[in-house]
Amino acid sequence: MQPLPDELACEAIELELFVQAMHRRHGYDFSQYAPASLRRRVRQLAERLGCDSISALTGRTLHEPRLLPQLLEGLSVPVSDMFRDPAVFRALREQVLPLLASYPQINIWQAGCAHGEEVYSLAILLEEEGLYERSRIFATDLSANALRQAEEGIYPVREAQQWSRNYQAAGGTRSLVDYYSARYDLLKLDDRLRRNITFAQHNLASDRVFCEAHLVLCRNVLIYFSNPLQDHCLALFRDSLVRGGFLCLGMCESIDFAGNAGDFAAFDAGARIYRLAANTVAMAVP
Amino acid sequence: MKTAAAIVVGCSSGGFDALRVLLGGLDPGLSQPLLVCCHSGSETIELLCELLGRVSPLPVIAAAERHAVRGGHVQLAPTGYHLLVEPDRRFALSTDPRVNHSRPSIDVLFASAAVAWRETLIGVVLTGASADGAEGLRLVRRAGGCAIVQSPVSARVPAMPQAALDRAGADYCVPLADIPPLLNRLCLPRP
Ligand SMILES: C[S@@+](CC[C@H](N)C(=O)[O-])C[C@H]1O[C@@H](n2cnc3c(N)ncnc32)[C@H](O)[C@@H]1O
Repeated sequence: MQPLPDELACEAIELELFVQAMHRRHGYDFSQYAPASLRRRVRQLAERLGCDSISALTGRTLHEPRLLPQLLEGLSVPVSDMFRDPAVFRALREQVLPLLASYPQINIWQAGCAHGEEVYSLAILLEEEGLYERSRIFATDLSANALRQAEEGIYPVREAQQWSRNYQAAGGTRSLVDYYSARYDLLKLDDRLRRNITFAQHNLASDRVFCEAHLVLCRNVLIYFSNPLQDHCLALFRDSLVRGGFLCLGMCESIDFAGNAGDFAAFDAGARIYRLAANTVAMAVP
Repeated sequence: MKTAAAIVVGCSSGGFDALRVLLGGLDPGLSQPLLVCCHSGSETIELLCELLGRVSPLPVIAAAERHAVRGGHVQLAPTGYHLLVEPDRRFALSTDPRVNHSRPSIDVLFASAAVAWRETLIGVVLTGASADGAEGLRLVRRAGGCAIVQSPVSARVPAMPQAALDRAGADYCVPLADIPPLLNRLCLPRP
């Protein structure tokens, strides 16, 4: 087989041009995304749209504005599960919610909510802990397609078994079946769970703080960002959180290289739950 | 090939025992990083690290997000995430959908490593029941790297090395026991 290092070099250029096209044509800046996953997703997107190179995809990106939602969905890959990493949801239930219970109104920002699986998981937690009536969850994502699906709360029924196990392991006090109805191969979550959720499009790379939150949940989103963009997001979260507010990141995420990490103190290190350090003064994000 | 800069290894069913043989035969003086994607099905990777650490002359640790790939260490993909290597040779994780029914997927690791190390990468596919790793190994070779496949007859489950041979071919197709000395030869500075 002939080595083709030139082809990889060309692809790196094509990737850069695609990112520029997304930015200049559509206003979405992916230049601060971690390159390995971005390359993989752009390759997949090109293939899915029948383009035989990234350059061909760039052409369509420029000339077919109707493709934008599909491009965003392909670049963001909204995958999630209900009560994924049950130990984390257990920690939220047993350690964080009791502390939030002292607030008359509880605001939670879930950034990067994908198809909403975690938003509804949170709603169930709050419901079971008797806190949902005074809670509001702001569920945001980059992808409008993903948000539309999140709002519907309809999922393949084949997930139900795993999600039920997760729910139990997360300390669920009832049965997950109580929260959905199944028909054919779909399950639909109870509409009532949605009553205190606001879904909104929000780009972590370019949009500002929009609420005062007691808890920010942003799991497995920053893993796709380069160090500077990760750091930028930590500043956003800091500025959004009330004093003593909580931040929950994904189980394998590291903030070891983020300048703003010092603003957060480990609350439950294993579950990646942090608390805004007491001496941190919020500063406006430019 | 040029002097090897890194090794990536993929395995599935039967992989634990195969890894014990492979790691057990490595020269303690190896300075390259060795990255492993093993579909283990276990909840966490820590136990696997500990068990393999008992037979490996090189330290065995879980790959840590954003941290630099470490030479002279065996680094395992954490359970439930795809492991990728950035062009600047730091680790990245992803929760993108399963590939070949697997997360971590060997194809995902190999594809990113092929970009990061190109012709200085060695890819190794061992025993397993799926076709994961076949496309990844093809990309390793395409970037000029070297492909080692455990001979299917010597594999506990031959499907995976066979799929790799069919799709990517190999520079070396040898029994498991021959792989550690081969890696030592390809990786240690020549006297
Ligand atoms: C892997 S999902 C995480 C889902 C869920 N939090 C979990 O851990 O299961 C990542 C989500 O982040 C969203 N995302 C990616 N870039 C974003 C950005 N710049 N701003 C807001 N959301 C973004 C994607 O659309 C995707 O839905």
